[in-house]
Amino acid sequence: MNLVIRIIVLALALAVGGCATTDPRDPFEPYNRAMFTFNDKADQFVLKPAAQAYSKLPSFVQTGVGNFFGNLWDIWTGANNFLQGKVGDGFSDVMRVAVNTTFGIGGIFDLGSEVGLVKHKEDFGQTLGVWGVKSGPYVVLPILGPSTLRDSAATIVDYFAGDPWQYKFPVRWRNTGTAIRATDQRASVLDAVNLLEEAALDRYVFVRDAYLQRRESKIHDGETKKSTYDDDVGPTPVVTEKAGESNSVTVGNVSSQSAEPLGKTVVNKE
Amino acid sequence: MNIFKKLFAITAFAIGTLAFIQPALAQEAPDVLIKRISQDVLDTAKADKEIQGGNQRRILELVEAKILPYVDFQRMTALAAGRFWRQATPEQQKRLTDEFRKLLVYTYSGAIAQIRDQKLEFKPLRAEPDATDVEVRSQVLQPRGGEPIQLNYRLEKVADGWKIYDLNVLGAWLVETYKGSFAAEINKGGIDGLINTLTEKNKRLAASGTAKGVKTAS
Repeated sequence: MNLVIRIIVLALALAVGGCATTDPRDPFEPYNRAMFTFNDKADQFVLKPAAQAYSKLPSFVQTGVGNFFGNLWDIWTGANNFLQGKVGDGFSDVMRVAVNTTFGIGGIFDLGSEVGLVKHKEDFGQTLGVWGVKSGPYVVLPILGPSTLRDSAATIVDYFAGDPWQYKFPVRWRNTGTAIRATDQRASVLDAVNLLEEAALDRYVFVRDAYLQRRESKIHDGETKKSTYDDDVGPTPVVTEKAGESNSVTVGNVSSQSAEPLGKTVVNKE
Repeated sequence: MNIFKKLFAITAFAIGTLAFIQPALAQEAPDVLIKRISQDVLDTAKADKEIQGGNQRRILELVEAKILPYVDFQRMTALAAGRFWRQATPEQQKRLTDEFRKLLVYTYSGAIAQIRDQKLEFKPLRAEPDATDVEVRSQVLQPRGGEPIQLNYRLEKVADGWKIYDLNVLGAWLVETYKGSFAAEINKGGIDGLINTLTEKNKRLAASGTAKGVKTAS
């Protein structure tokens, strides 16, 4: 714990020089950015190499590890579904845990999914969201990464109430298990994170803006709100009349013309 | 079975197929379109060892042939630029669209290189028959299990068919996600600043190749 406090203090100190674009959802941006950079380094030197080594293991081992810890979390998922009033999902989760723990040998095999008991993933932050608690500002937690004020508080509840592994003794086993779980979770997103690195202009902003939307959609069980944009110019061919831009016709052809240069750069490279 | 019966069966089958294809070509429903192109891409990628090995040229060819004709990149760019779009000169708009398009193609190519045993599932389309703006919802089932990856498309009907103009991955809309980044870059260095950042980024991606994303794929 002491270490965590020291890291936060260090991050705050680093943040003083940080630049801030003012996003109303992110008043702590200087601190968040510093923590994001710190997490990035920790990932780069510890978690990612571990996950890369782990991903060389036979896939049934990885799947088994993922299933085992997933099954433990499913108990808490079920509890949260009940708390959110989704009784049907809650019972399904209870059945899932029962099936996987017994026939799935302690959760190593996900037989529940095979028989149509779909995996849900709920946490206490989502439950609070369903209850109407606003997310509050965006917060980047040490090691754990993107969160919000609401979800940071909920994470503490998740940790004590939702994580049976937390009560596993002896401590040696508990720590080993926690490390394996973290490695497995990181390994499952190796490809996704690589993609993200390609896609983002500013990774901090990209992760934040994607995370906040994703959290919001998870609270509504994946029902995304329809995307609406303030300055919508409408579909391309219509632009000419709508915005009165005489040039737009030529602009509309851009995609077909420029298809070649992109391909060529690559051809030359080879 | 005598020969006439056979002939009759073949003719009937041919006519039936034609009758089915004709209206489909005339006006393919948006969800049918998305199903067709995504299944097509998935099957091609699964069958092609070169693509799985991260051959960037092959992947780009696939993307350009199968996907690009159905995407309205200019609208995507305009939406991501938001109010700054109208402040940009036609020349800037063109360059911005061009660079953003490259970036998205590279990213998408990286995703295609990772296709292994994924399966697609489509949710029923919720739209009026005469709707011109719809959301097609699907999810990708991962071979290693776990939560499926949500993948939704926003399409608008224009003169020559349906065009994709926004994409939702894991609950986040692509345009919405880029909006903040675009605004941040424009605040820093104007529209030209944003174009430069995109150009630099694309140069780096072209140099490193999508193979980078492939090596770590187990």
